[in-house]
Amino acid sequence: MVDFSLSDFDRAVLDGVAAEARVGEKYARYYDEHEDEVLPKSFPEAAQFPPIQQRLRGRPRDDTPMLLLQVLMRIEREAHCGVPLRQAPTALGNAALGAAGTDAQKARWGNLMLAMSITEPGAGSDTKAIQTTARLDGEEWVLNGDKIFVTNGVRCDGAIVWATVDKSAGRGGIKSFLVLKGTPGFELVRKEKKLGIRSSDTAAYAFRDCRIPRDHLIGGDEGVPRGEGEGSASYKGVLKTFNMTRPFVAAGGVGKAIGAFRVARDELAKEGIAVDFDDSRHARSATAQTLLELEADIEAATLTVMHAAWLASDGMPNNLEASVAKAKGGEVCRTGPQRAMDALGAMGLSHDYQVEQYLRDGRIADIYEGTGQIQRLVIAREILGYSSAELT
Amino acid sequence: MISFALTEEQTQVRDTLLSFATSELATRARSADEARLSPSELLDTAWSLGFTALSIPEDCGGGGAPRSLVTSALMLEALGYGCAGLASAAFASMLFVNPLIDLGSEEQRLRYLPEFCGEKRRAASLALHEGAPAFDPARMATRAMRDGKGWVLTGTKRLVPMGEHASRLLVLARASDAPGLAGIRAFIVDSDATGVTIARDSGTLGLTAAGFARVELAQVRVPADDVLGDGEGADIRPLLASLRIGGAALAVGLARAVIDFAIPYAKERVAFGEPIARKQSIAFMLADMHIECEAMRWMVWKAAAEADAGRDAAKASVLAQDYVNRHAVRIADDGLQIFGGHGYIRDLPPEMWLRNMRVLTSHDAIAAA
Ligand SMILES: Cc1cc2nc3c(=O)[nH]c(=O)nc-3n(C[C@H](O)[C@H](O)[C@H](O)COP(=O)(O)OP(=O)(O)OC[C@H]3O[C@@H](n4cnc5c(N)ncnc54)[C@H](O)[C@@H]3O)c2cc1C
Repeated sequence: MVDFSLSDFDRAVLDGVAAEARVGEKYARYYDEHEDEVLPKSFPEAAQFPPIQQRLRGRPRDDTPMLLLQVLMRIEREAHCGVPLRQAPTALGNAALGAAGTDAQKARWGNLMLAMSITEPGAGSDTKAIQTTARLDGEEWVLNGDKIFVTNGVRCDGAIVWATVDKSAGRGGIKSFLVLKGTPGFELVRKEKKLGIRSSDTAAYAFRDCRIPRDHLIGGDEGVPRGEGEGSASYKGVLKTFNMTRPFVAAGGVGKAIGAFRVARDELAKEGIAVDFDDSRHARSATAQTLLELEADIEAATLTVMHAAWLASDGMPNNLEASVAKAKGGEVCRTGPQRAMDALGAMGLSHDYQVEQYLRDGRIADIYEGTGQIQRLVIAREILGYSSAELT
Repeated sequence: MISFALTEEQTQVRDTLLSFATSELATRARSADEARLSPSELLDTAWSLGFTALSIPEDCGGGGAPRSLVTSALMLEALGYGCAGLASAAFASMLFVNPLIDLGSEEQRLRYLPEFCGEKRRAASLALHEGAPAFDPARMATRAMRDGKGWVLTGTKRLVPMGEHASRLLVLARASDAPGLAGIRAFIVDSDATGVTIARDSGTLGLTAAGFARVELAQVRVPADDVLGDGEGADIRPLLASLRIGGAALAVGLARAVIDFAIPYAKERVAFGEPIARKQSIAFMLADMHIECEAMRWMVWKAAAEADAGRDAAKASVLAQDYVNRHAVRIADDGLQIFGGHGYIRDLPPEMWLRNMRVLTSHDAIAAA
C-alpha cells in the first residue's frame, strides 16, 4: 500500500540523528575556516549519543525498508550544517571492496578505511579515459599515473585505485587495485582547498613505479574482455555500487537544501512572512511563493531519492531511478540554498546565518559521483534504449 | 511504514483504465477536441465501467469499496494518459459524488448517491471558478445568504465541466464572514431549480471536450439540509485538496503520454545525418521530462496518501499542485518542441496536449480524486 508514514520507532531514530547533528553545528564554522585540520575520530559530545546500531536495536523487521531509513538519516544529518560527532570508519572504497572484492580480500581489508580513486587530471566524467597504468611484473603490479579529488584521501588507510592494464582494450582493460598508504612510489601530493565541505579532505595522489602484490587486484580476475560495451567484472562491480551510493549523494544534496530552507522559513516567520496554505497563489507574496516552491522542490527531490532506495531495498533494478534521484538531489542542492538566499535578501549572505555555508557545502552534490549532465546521459540512454556509444 | 507498492486491486483498476484510455479515449481525442464535444456513446461506455459508483457506500447502492485518494489518483493518471479532455467529461460526476461520499451527511448520501449507482448515466458537476481574474476561492463573489431556515444563492460560476449536462451541481459560495476558506461552503443545487441558468461557456484554449459551462445563480433557494455536510456544513478544505490532487493526477498522465509519444519520434526523425534523439539538447530535454514526470507522480501520491492515512492533506496537496503546475506545462511545451513544425500542425497531438495541459494546470476543479 502506498504510504509515507514513519513509524514512531523511526521517527525517534530520525529525531535522535537530528539532535546529534545539531550538536555538531557548533564545530561547523571552525572546520570551515581551518581546512588544514583533520577532524578527530570523535568529539567529546559523541558520548551523549548512543551509536546508531544501538538505536536501531529492536526495530521491527516489517517497518520501512532499512535502506530507505538510511537515506532519510542522511538527509537529516545533512540538513544540519555541522560536522559529524563521530567519523565513519569507512569510505567509498569500502563499498567498492564489498561489491567487487573476493571473500578473502573483504576479510583482509574490510576493517580499513578505504578511499576510492578514479578521477585523474585528464579524466573525470569520462572514466574510461583514465591514463594510470598497471603492468604485471612477476608477482607484482607496477602502477604509474596521477590521481586527483580523492575524498578521504588524506585520512584513509589506503585506496581502491583504478588503472588500465591494457589501454587498447578500453573499458575492458580497467581494473581496480588496493594500494595501502606507505607503499613506496605512492605519494600524497596535496590536499585541495575547496568552496565547501572543507572538513572532508580531498587529496591528490601520484604513483611512480609503485609496486603492489599481485593479489591486490580487486576481484582477482586478470582477464581482459574485448568488444563494444565490455567492462571487466571489477569495473562493472564498482559502477553497480554507484546505484546504491547515488541516492545517498542525492540525499546529501536534499539535506543541504532543507537546512537552508529551514533557516529562511524560520527567520522570515519572525518578520511575519509565512506560507498560508489556504491562500491561492494569487494572494501570496512573492517571498511566500518562493518558500512554497522551494518546499515543493525539496519534497519532490526527497521522494525521488526515497523511491530509488525503496526499489533497491526490494531488490528491483534502480539504475534509472538512482540517476533520477541524483539529478534531482543535484538540482535542489543548487537551487535550494540559492532560493533561500533570495528569500532572505542581502543578510542571507552573512555569516550570521548558515545559509551561505549550506550553499557552499551543498554544491558538490551535483558534481561528484556523476555530474547532473552525466545523470541525464544515463537517464536518456535508458529511456531511449541507447548504448553509451549511441549517445555520448 | 513507507512504501511505494500498489495493492493488487489498485494495479487492476489502473490497468483496466489504462487500456480503456488508450483504446477509447486517445483514439477519439482529436475529433472531440475539434467538435468541442464528448460523444455520448463514449460517455455511456465510460459509465458502464462502473467506476463512479465504485466507492459509493453499499447502503446507497454502490460498490462500497473504501475511498482511497491514491486509487483515484491512479485512475485519473491512467485516464489522463488517454485524453484529459474526454476523461474530465466522462468522470465529471465524480466531482459531485466523491465530495458527497467524503463530506456529505448520512441523509445526503442516502438521498443523492443512489441515482449514481444505476446503469443509466447521470451527469453532475462542481462549480468553483468565477469570472474575476486571479480568482481566489477565499475571496469568491458567489454568496449564500440565510433565508429563514434555508439559503439563497447568488452569483455567476464559470468553466463548470459538463455543466450543461449536469442534473446536480455542487456550488461553492461564501456562506459567512468567517475569514478565508472557513467561510466557504458547498451547496447541493438542482440544475433545474428556479433561478439557475446554465449555458455553454465561451470557448477555452484546451480541454474543449470537457463541455465548460457558465452557471448563473439568481436568488436560488436551497433548503437548509442541502449545505454539504452536517448542520452548518462541512469545511471545504478537504474537498479542495481532493480537487488539487485530481487535476494534478490527470496532468501526470498527460505528461507521460507526451513523453511516450516524443521518444519514438525523436529516435526516428533524422536531422544533420542522425536521429535528433542522439543530440544532447533533445536527449537531455527528454531526460528532464522523464525526471519531472516521475517527481510529479510521487508528489501526487504523497498528497493522496496523506489523505488516505487520515491526515490533513491541505499542505501536501498545495505542494503537489504547485509542483505539477510548474513542471507539467514545461513537459507539454518541450514535447511540442521536439516535433518542430510538425508539432504545430493539428494532425499530431502535441499542440492539443499543450493546450490541454495549460487548462489542467490553471483550472482548479477539473477532477476530484
Ligand atoms: C570535493 C570532490 C570530491 C571528489 N571525490 C572523489 C573521489 O572520492 N573519488 C574520485 O574518483 N573522484 C572524486 N571526485 C571527482 C568527481 O567525481 C569529478 O570531479 C566529476 O566526476 C566530474 O569530473 P571532472 O571534474 O573531470 O569534470 P569533467 O568531466 O571535465 O566535466 C566538465 C563539465 O562537462 C560536463 N560533461 C562531461 N562529459 C559530458 C558529456 N558526455 N555530456 C555532457 N556534458 C558532459 C560535466 O557535466 C561538467 O559540467 C571528487 C570531486 C570533488 C570536487
